[in-house]
Amino acid sequence: MRLALRPYFLIVPALLLTCGILYPFGLGLYYTLFDFSASKPQPDMVRFENYRTVFTQDSFWNSAWVTVLYAVGAAAVETVLGVAVALLLHRSSRVGRVLEKILILPLMIAPVIAAIIWKLMLQPSVGVVNHLLRPVGLGGVQWTDTPTGALLSSIAVDVWVYTPFVAILALAGLRSLPTSPFEAAAVDGARWWYTFRRLTLPMLWPYVLVAVIFRFMDSLKVFDIIYALTEGGPGDSTMVLQIRAYLEAIRFQRYSFGISYTIVLWAVVYLAAMILVRHLGKIQRKAAEAK
Amino acid sequence: MDTHAHDRRRFLALGAALAAAPVLSACGAGFGGDDDRSDGSAADDVTGSFDWKREKGATVKALLNKHPYTDALIADLKAFTEQTGIKVEYDVFPEDNYFDKLTVDLSSGRASYDVFMLGAYMVWQYGPPGWLEDLGPWMRNSSATGAEWDQADFFPNLLQADQWSLKAGAPLGQGGQYALPWGWETNVVAYNTEVFKKLGLQPAETFEELRELAGVIKDKAPGAGFDGMYGIAVRGSRSWATIHPGFMTMYARNGLHDFTVSGEKLTPAMNTPEAIAFTEDWAGMVKRGGPPSWTSYTWYQCSSDLGAKKAGMLFDADTAAYFQAVEGASPASGKIAFHPGPKGPGGSLATNMWIWSLGMNAKSRKKSASWLFLQWATGKEHLRRSAITHNHIDPVRKSVAADAAYKDKMRHLPGFIETFETVVDQTKIQFTPQAQFFDATTSWAAALQEIYGGKGAKSVLNGLAGDLAGKVG
Repeated sequence: MRLALRPYFLIVPALLLTCGILYPFGLGLYYTLFDFSASKPQPDMVRFENYRTVFTQDSFWNSAWVTVLYAVGAAAVETVLGVAVALLLHRSSRVGRVLEKILILPLMIAPVIAAIIWKLMLQPSVGVVNHLLRPVGLGGVQWTDTPTGALLSSIAVDVWVYTPFVAILALAGLRSLPTSPFEAAAVDGARWWYTFRRLTLPMLWPYVLVAVIFRFMDSLKVFDIIYALTEGGPGDSTMVLQIRAYLEAIRFQRYSFGISYTIVLWAVVYLAAMILVRHLGKIQRKAAEAK
Repeated sequence: MDTHAHDRRRFLALGAALAAAPVLSACGAGFGGDDDRSDGSAADDVTGSFDWKREKGATVKALLNKHPYTDALIADLKAFTEQTGIKVEYDVFPEDNYFDKLTVDLSSGRASYDVFMLGAYMVWQYGPPGWLEDLGPWMRNSSATGAEWDQADFFPNLLQADQWSLKAGAPLGQGGQYALPWGWETNVVAYNTEVFKKLGLQPAETFEELRELAGVIKDKAPGAGFDGMYGIAVRGSRSWATIHPGFMTMYARNGLHDFTVSGEKLTPAMNTPEAIAFTEDWAGMVKRGGPPSWTSYTWYQCSSDLGAKKAGMLFDADTAAYFQAVEGASPASGKIAFHPGPKGPGGSLATNMWIWSLGMNAKSRKKSASWLFLQWATGKEHLRRSAITHNHIDPVRKSVAADAAYKDKMRHLPGFIETFETVVDQTKIQFTPQAQFFDATTSWAAALQEIYGGKGAKSVLNGLAGDLAGKVG
């Protein structure tokens, strides 16, 4: 009897952990069914009214659009740059080792601090960026004062912080690839572009896709960089879903409504993750066949 | 085998029950609100003759915002402990995070802090959920409040600003006293006397003149030896704080309102033709003569630009200019003068204000000691010392404003006392009290940014009004 129960006791930590994760999530979900706010601490059940309101607001669709633009833009640029940097570092091993150490510096800075640093550097009149651009006649750029500029600046800061992450993953991938196919290609006189397109990229793709998944998920949930850089402005031009949720739940104290935003975001991230992970599986199988 | 299956079923049932327990308890626990509030005030428990030493040995925990007024308070805390035997522990947070910290702390329902700094606008947010102690019963109880505290010595408009009935749209000055005025700011124009002298300029008396002046300074000051100087520093970040200083002051001087009130119904009025025209003019002024990167400007940047001789004028809190004007504080110190700012049509000098107030947590377990602290911090002695020996200016008490030592200290700042005395009686909160104040003003700031960015004022403000009508009305 004791022996039979032992396996169940072994899963107790996992069970507790699962409850620890599910409890706040379930509670949050439960709260979205009420009109709970600071001005209504004993709220009425409104069922799905909060979600209906979320989906019928123009501000939600604007935030959803900005969030997607940001996530796709940041993940795409980081992937391309990260792979490019990894390829460069892989070719020149001694210099690469030194550069690798420098490369991870942005990753060691908290994103919110990085955003504050960049906010100062992008300041039009005293920022170093405009100071450096002044000799070429571009010293008056209002980096975060226009809607497009603010979004691009936010993406640029994200790229500055996280490109090294993609580069390191890609570099690890490059170093784990078998050497024989490349040696054979070299013997056959294959050009660099051909080798890259036909050999390197297909075999490297699973590593790149892992980086894409991480970066895309994280970019969908971005808060710190944008909040520190633009607070969601000017206007609503960088008002991503996380900031909208924060403002609703914390600043304006409409708790249920704010949580509804985060639940919607969670559903989007969950779906995107499912699709990408499934795709990753297929890619990994193909890459294994290529090896 | 049977036994095993039976055990597994029992285990699964037990596991399900355990997993469901928190959810069920959450349902049962409701939403963190509790019903232990009674109608009677804890002030009623204080009887006998007034005694500063009543709570000797107690410790009061305070949450404070980083501010020169706070520095003055902290520097004088020893005097409070000597007078009462009460120790004060405090945390100080920068303004960017301060109100989030306070909001989260109060909404948690815990008594982490007994007393805290807040603005009068926060009463509209923190009052309705019952987070703030009504200080009225404490003020009226002669056993709890010493005669020398002298309520009549406060500027009445300041005391009224922290008093509200908790009903949307109801005027201030009625209902509970949810905080006490401790330090305040009136919104006026401060200007660099050097650039005005060199360009032969005079402070603007109308809004039109102000807009013109801002443009002239931006155009001509750099050529006159003021490298990189622009016309006028005003706030522009996507925050409620952008609306309440210069913008709301000029808006009110033009006879405009944020909402119209009919009974308990509030109707947004930011989209009347007059309000649209004014907002367009304000955004135009910022574009023509305002700071670069205006959309990130908070009072810190506005104030430091005036001090660094980057801004010719500042339309903001008088204190924001004062902190730059005091001797040795900035390159512009000694060259900053004060002016009430442009008048509205008909000569209106209606001015919006900000009050740093002190409040008490309704959940505090040390209310008697906390009240002694609030009484001391808003009392004549401490405020006089803070005004004279520190930078706690813009006195909330008439006796301090009239004090000869205080006047001597402020006299060397050109126009400061005259400006203060001109606007003090016309300074009040120009917003309509309502719980959605922060949402409304943050959205208003976002709308202002969009208009500054080139969108049509009419459509943006109509959109804002439509959005707010559903939330506020």
